[in-house]
Amino acid sequence: MTTTNPPAGVVTGAIAKESAASTAKKALTNPWASLAAVVIAVLWTVPTAGLLISSFRPENEVKGSGWWTGLGGPYTLENYREVLTGGSSAEFGTYVINSIVITLPSVLIPITLATLAAYAFAWMRFPGRNLLFIGVFALQIVPIQITMIPLLSAYVKPPFNLISLAGGEAPGGGFYTIWLSHSIFALPLAIYLLHNFMREIPGELIESARVDGAGHVQIFSRIMLPLMMPAIAAFGIFQFLWVWNDLLVALVFGGGSLDISPVTVRLAELSGTRGADWHLLSAGAFVSLVVPLIVFLSLQRYFVRGLLAGSVKG
Amino acid sequence: MPVEHDLDPTGPAPASESPPGSSSGEGSSLLTRLLPILTFVVTPVVIVVLLIVLATLAGSIEIDTVSGKFLQMFIAVALFVVVVGGILLMTSRMRSRSGELVQTAAFVLPAVLLICLGLLYPAINNIYQSFFDRRGDEFVGWDNYREVFTDEALLLVLRNTALWVALVPVLSTLIGLVYAVLVDRSPFEKFAKALIFLPMAISLVGASIIWKFVYDYRATENDQIGLANQVLKSLGFDTYRFLLTEPWNNLFLIVIMVWVQAGFAMTILSASIKAIPDDIVEAARLDGVGGLKMFRYITVPSIRPSLIVVLTTISITTLKVFDIVRTTTGGNYDTSVLAYEYYVQSFRSFDQGLGAALATLIFVLVLPIVIYNIRQMRKLEAR
Repeated sequence: MTTTNPPAGVVTGAIAKESAASTAKKALTNPWASLAAVVIAVLWTVPTAGLLISSFRPENEVKGSGWWTGLGGPYTLENYREVLTGGSSAEFGTYVINSIVITLPSVLIPITLATLAAYAFAWMRFPGRNLLFIGVFALQIVPIQITMIPLLSAYVKPPFNLISLAGGEAPGGGFYTIWLSHSIFALPLAIYLLHNFMREIPGELIESARVDGAGHVQIFSRIMLPLMMPAIAAFGIFQFLWVWNDLLVALVFGGGSLDISPVTVRLAELSGTRGADWHLLSAGAFVSLVVPLIVFLSLQRYFVRGLLAGSVKG
Repeated sequence: MPVEHDLDPTGPAPASESPPGSSSGEGSSLLTRLLPILTFVVTPVVIVVLLIVLATLAGSIEIDTVSGKFLQMFIAVALFVVVVGGILLMTSRMRSRSGELVQTAAFVLPAVLLICLGLLYPAINNIYQSFFDRRGDEFVGWDNYREVFTDEALLLVLRNTALWVALVPVLSTLIGLVYAVLVDRSPFEKFAKALIFLPMAISLVGASIIWKFVYDYRATENDQIGLANQVLKSLGFDTYRFLLTEPWNNLFLIVIMVWVQAGFAMTILSASIKAIPDDIVEAARLDGVGGLKMFRYITVPSIRPSLIVVLTTISITTLKVFDIVRTTTGGNYDTSVLAYEYYVQSFRSFDQGLGAALATLIFVLVLPIVIYNIRQMRKLEAR
């Protein structure tokens, strides 16, 4: 599958060749079809735009009149100030920091482990390799819900009397359970995706490096890693969005402790307790959206590639 | 094909040859000879010391300040780097056949062990727990499952889930497909796609809040702040409680999920449409096929495998989604779905057995779709 259009020379060389889509489009390109496209585009944009505009309107305006009446102003940053620094118990700043603290290790750890494992599955020979790979692959289907209760009780009461990872007394206040859970849940998909990419690298490259006396660790770090960067980026952005936007893992393994909850948990809570405070909700929503939106827009290319490589996340 | 690994079974001899890319000159030959010994003796000691220091730090640093949190984060990453880096360092110089095996283990085992401990064991344990009572003490056989299929509230949950799984994939795919065709090769294709694509970057909590605002209810005579009710009012209708009116509120929640998923469908299908070979289209055109017929008989059949992958993938995602219901209605007003009910039973009502049964049910429902999905993906890859 390819997303790129054919090079211009090919197109102009062939005499007015038309793609199936463009022919089909012609049929659909009557006024109604164009209207449909515009309606879809509007429906997909206006709800977000409305909330964005509201987040800049003063409290009484947001609560008193529709955002479409307030397009000419007045605008204010007061909502953001209140949401970020907590004029009234909102205080998103702490939760944004929690989100960052949760997300970075939860992206780094599974990517590293998965790249190593994917390399082994692709280029190392060991007994039971195929069976093990199929097993890892098959575990993609496990919905994370089915693992949560046992995993949580294992964190609270680990075997062999190891340190309990959950609860207020736990090291890092419980961050470790969230990091560990996100890392584990990401592994099967990450290994599968990176393995697919890795198999596309020509085997002669590795073979010749080995003839030259390079070990697996050298091949991995000097040849594979640079070549794998696009694939790693593709999965990285995927995992980043997943972790940053996650609510379930944070709720279950964060135990509702506000010290370690990410911004999604705070936003959901605000929606429950102060559902009518649209000036706070709108600003809060955009505080939580801005980071993933920036990451997403700047790395969209890699994200699409990851999607096309078949990403299903449990 | 994988590389044969018994190229140099002569032990550590090749280690003295400089590996490709390394800049070691002749003067460092003593160092390269000493290095294996050093790594085997010193590295483990350094690693253990580092681990003890880091673990002590992790246990003592409080996270009630911003710097404390970031410190914990760096400690976690450092712990990880020391463990994995140490393992790689210690195994990197092994060249004998058994050394190869140790090396392989260093690459594979961390991931595989984590998967076994964090996915495989809990999944099996969960299925086992689903046959026990709410506190997990007493074996109750199939009682939990019987409750799921007989309790009135839970039957409603099943109905809602069926509604979600039936509607979300079909609507998202349909909208994604039509939109992909409509904007294909138009001058502003990239921008038009980005508009539909953006909701994918938004958390489901964020998306729910965006739509909750659209659905906001005020009595008809008041000024409206929700767009949907403003539209109704402008058209001369009474305002409507979109999130509270049963059973239609389920549809309005489903709209949110469709809004998020259509971008995914559009991306995959658009790529697939662009990959249709020109000669097929040309042949059909010479046969006088055009317009809607082209769409029906050439475009859709050509992208059939992608269509199925998109449909199944969205079905799986939909079955597991709980954020939307939790944020918009909290499962009230007859809107709960399986994934949300699982959360409520497990972590609010603390009915472990029932929660485990609901999780198992999600798994059982997902299973056939995933298997079908994987087979379709294989077909796609084989093409």
